[in-house]
Amino acid sequence: MPTKIEKDSISGRDTTGHEWDGVKELNTPLPTWWVYTFYATILFAIAYCVLYPAIPSLSGHTTGLLGYTNRAALTQSLAEQNRERAKFVDRIRASSFDQIRKDPELFNFAVSGGRSAFQTTCMQCHGAGGAGSTGFPNLADDDWLWGGKIDQIHQTIQYGIRNSNDKSRNTLMPRFGADGLLTSQQVGQVTDYVLSLSGKAKATPEGAKIFQEQCVACHQADGKGNQEMGAPNLTDGLWLYGGSRDAVYRTIFYARNGSMPAWGERLDDATIKMLALYVHTLGGGK
Amino acid sequence: MVLTMFWGVAAFTAGVVIAAQLVWPQLSFDSEYLTFGRLRPLHTSAAIFAFGGTALIGTSFHVVQRTCRAQLFGGAPLGWFIVLGYQFFIVIAATGYLLGITQSKEYAEPEWYADIWLTIVWVAYLIAYLGTVLKREEPHIYVANWFYLAFIITIAMLHIVNNLTMPVSFFGTKSYSAWSGVQDAMIQWWYGHNAVGFFLTAAFLGMMYYFIPKAANRPVYSYRLSIVHFWSLVFIYIWAGPHHLHYTSLPDWAQTLGMVFSVMLWMPSWGGMINGLMTLSGAWDKLRTDPGLRFSVTAVGFYGMATFEGPVMSIKAVNSLSHYTDWTIGHVHSGALGWVAFIVFGSMYYLVPVLWKRPAMWSTRLIGWHYWISTLGIVLYISSMWVSGIMQGLMWRAYDELGFLQYSFVETVAAMHPFYFIRLLGGVLFLSGGLIMAFNMWRTVRGDKAQAVVPAATAAVAA
Repeated sequence: MPTKIEKDSISGRDTTGHEWDGVKELNTPLPTWWVYTFYATILFAIAYCVLYPAIPSLSGHTTGLLGYTNRAALTQSLAEQNRERAKFVDRIRASSFDQIRKDPELFNFAVSGGRSAFQTTCMQCHGAGGAGSTGFPNLADDDWLWGGKIDQIHQTIQYGIRNSNDKSRNTLMPRFGADGLLTSQQVGQVTDYVLSLSGKAKATPEGAKIFQEQCVACHQADGKGNQEMGAPNLTDGLWLYGGSRDAVYRTIFYARNGSMPAWGERLDDATIKMLALYVHTLGGGK
Repeated sequence: MVLTMFWGVAAFTAGVVIAAQLVWPQLSFDSEYLTFGRLRPLHTSAAIFAFGGTALIGTSFHVVQRTCRAQLFGGAPLGWFIVLGYQFFIVIAATGYLLGITQSKEYAEPEWYADIWLTIVWVAYLIAYLGTVLKREEPHIYVANWFYLAFIITIAMLHIVNNLTMPVSFFGTKSYSAWSGVQDAMIQWWYGHNAVGFFLTAAFLGMMYYFIPKAANRPVYSYRLSIVHFWSLVFIYIWAGPHHLHYTSLPDWAQTLGMVFSVMLWMPSWGGMINGLMTLSGAWDKLRTDPGLRFSVTAVGFYGMATFEGPVMSIKAVNSLSHYTDWTIGHVHSGALGWVAFIVFGSMYYLVPVLWKRPAMWSTRLIGWHYWISTLGIVLYISSMWVSGIMQGLMWRAYDELGFLQYSFVETVAAMHPFYFIRLLGGVLFLSGGLIMAFNMWRTVRGDKAQAVVPAATAAVAA
């Protein structure tokens, strides 16, 4: 019920005759371009719904003329990637490490693939470029816990360390203090002995004696460790869990026993091989 | 008003803090209460619900009373209950975030006890609003009231359905959602998207429909457009939520519908922009002299930009690049800073002198400064997020010549670092603008000694 239709002097349009707190409205028709663009988006929507899965029903939904599904599109795109890589990947699977290293093209592919896989699955712990951090070994130096030969690296990646895989590398250092094998004082003495191996402390005869009794089975008489057992070299001044007296004390008291997944359970053979080759090239490969 | 300004500054500060945390992660100071994960919902809720919500409740009470020529239904007591009850909700929700109490639903983090309280307050809000509209002295309901009412009703529905949970115990804070799996995700984004649609779009369009014609002193451009774009907007918006779940386990058909409804939403959204901008025809010269109106008009510009960008980003091919990247962050901030905050600033610069019976704001020059500093801040913010987001998306999908992924995730993070700094700078500018406004408002309100008697219901608005 318009009450007072006026002509707006600026636009030349009539008002609708309504007024609220001084606000009036013009009776302008819808802008044509607006209406047609709106129609166009509606037509687009209808066409899209005809082509793609769109309308649900009680027992399913329309599948669309193109037969598109997210899942199929993903599978197809993964398959395409795999097809492109297949010619190299098949050769990697079938070749020994020596053969791969003698073929520059194949070797280059393997290291690129290894780098890419490393960035997705390994970098979180071992850091960019394998630089490592406290508790996570540096893979770019030549200090290896379980051996730096390509086969040893491959085995470590394939089966992992201290996990539920039957073939995982599986040795445990005793919790010398926490399980009462040594007193706190004795742990302190052997700590000093261990630090003396890299010239960081003064050894006592008591410490040396405990080391001979308790530690040499794995770490060897000279403290240089044993890669068969994953026993670190204690003489090189490189420390996985820190080289302060306190950190070494805690290592002996509580033990550390870090673990790593068996990547063979999650990645395919060729990827594991490429990873081994990549890690081997990082700096310390033997 | 005062509370809006307070929450606004609080939200901008929280935003600046978390932006700085993204540049320098050590800024959480190893305190669990100050981690990014707890401050981020504090920032989003402060911006949307505390700043935006308080501004909406305040302006809607003003607008509905003015355009209905009726006192607020329930009078001052109900008005004060809604305003203060809402503030209480904000406080219990925000303190919960810092203590780690959360439902882990984006924009719906408050746990069940806060949700129940908000429901009570919101129903009271609906009663007060609808009651006022029903007892109006005007023959017609003004367009701003349609938008405000759509906002109030829809938010009630969204809030209740998305927050249906079973508390673990009466005295415990934890609850479990009634929904599970992909249904939970769909309901969450039906809620989340329409929180944007009805809270941040429809409601602020209501604000625009009153304050732009008032400030420009011009009639609304097209009554028909306002009808058509209102109904098409509210009808289409509610379907668009699935575009937040493209390429997830959400069924393909739902993704399709989410996308096509988002595309169709483009013109209905722009209807508001056309009506806002064209109302200025014949009054463009006012932009030179009234920097408050300049805020509102720029807001409509950003609104138009964001509501074009939104449908584009909802297209699956675009979304596969933009999703999960900073592009989305840039998009919501062009909406939140450019549209929501600017329309609030524009409306407040108009409303503060009216409510406190002052001839004008204390300093027009400071409004100008606020305008330019904030605009520069937004431009820095959204352009840095565009660059960093698109770069991020491209780096994620980059293959090297042998067919392997080229970048690790952490390399993409490192590449974004400079842009995070630019974004922080933008946020600092925007916060500075907010502080200038708060100062200007304080001087205006303090202004001359003669304190006019304010009607009770209007006093609630002022709060």
